[in-house]
Amino acid sequence: MLVIRRDLVDAMVAHARRDHPDEACGVIAGPEGSDRPERLVEMVNAERSPTFYRFDSMEQLRVWRAMDEADEVPVVIYHSHTATEAYPSRTDVSFASEPDAHYVLVSTRDAHDVELRSYRIVDGVVTEEQVDVVESYMFSHTGADDVPDAD
Amino acid sequence: MAVKVSIPTILRTHTSGEKSVEASGGTLGQVIDDLESRHAGLKARLVKEDALHRFINVYVNDEDVRFSGGLNAEVKDGDNVTILPAVAGG
Ligand SMILES: [Zn+2]
Repeated sequence: MLVIRRDLVDAMVAHARRDHPDEACGVIAGPEGSDRPERLVEMVNAERSPTFYRFDSMEQLRVWRAMDEADEVPVVIYHSHTATEAYPSRTDVSFASEPDAHYVLVSTRDAHDVELRSYRIVDGVVTEEQVDVVESYMFSHTGADDVPDAD
Repeated sequence: MAVKVSIPTILRTHTSGEKSVEASGGTLGQVIDDLESRHAGLKARLVKEDALHRFINVYVNDEDVRFSGGLNAEVKDGDNVTILPAVAGG
């Protein structure tokens, strides 16, 4: 199950809508071992394509280093589908390289009814999971600690 | 020539879970061969038909080697080599 704050869900949907009809992509970092997405980084889709996405390699290096230095990991990796449902494509599955991440897909094919779903992708196997949207992590009991966010 | 190589999560099965390992070589190709001698299986995850996999990013310090010679990219003592699988899909 992915437990995620509403403002982060809203931010992913807004990003996907803004970049439509190209695919939008990004990452939400969180403390290592917490499984708690906290810091959203909108990434450039180097492909600028309605059917493909790829993080810009230099931006990815900077963002991954910053996570390393802050003892963070990519808790969520998200991207949008602009003409198909929010389900991982064969390409998505073949390139999935973060077995601990929640892969979130946002579909903007229906402008009025944006669909957001989450998956684990491990060794080529896709498993959909429930998305629990919360106002704050303070009242959700998911991790080892229930410490409120600094902000 | 010792360099530090950062290993991404998905390849740590080859390094007993180590995030970072030491290696030596004057080019990226030599560094990868040296890694392979101690961490068997790693090379096949990075190199295909004498070139880097298209969806593996390798950086020497702050440089994406795709733009600096690929496997022939020069590596100097004390350099940091970072391996990151591309985040991509359709
Ligand atoms: Zn996709």
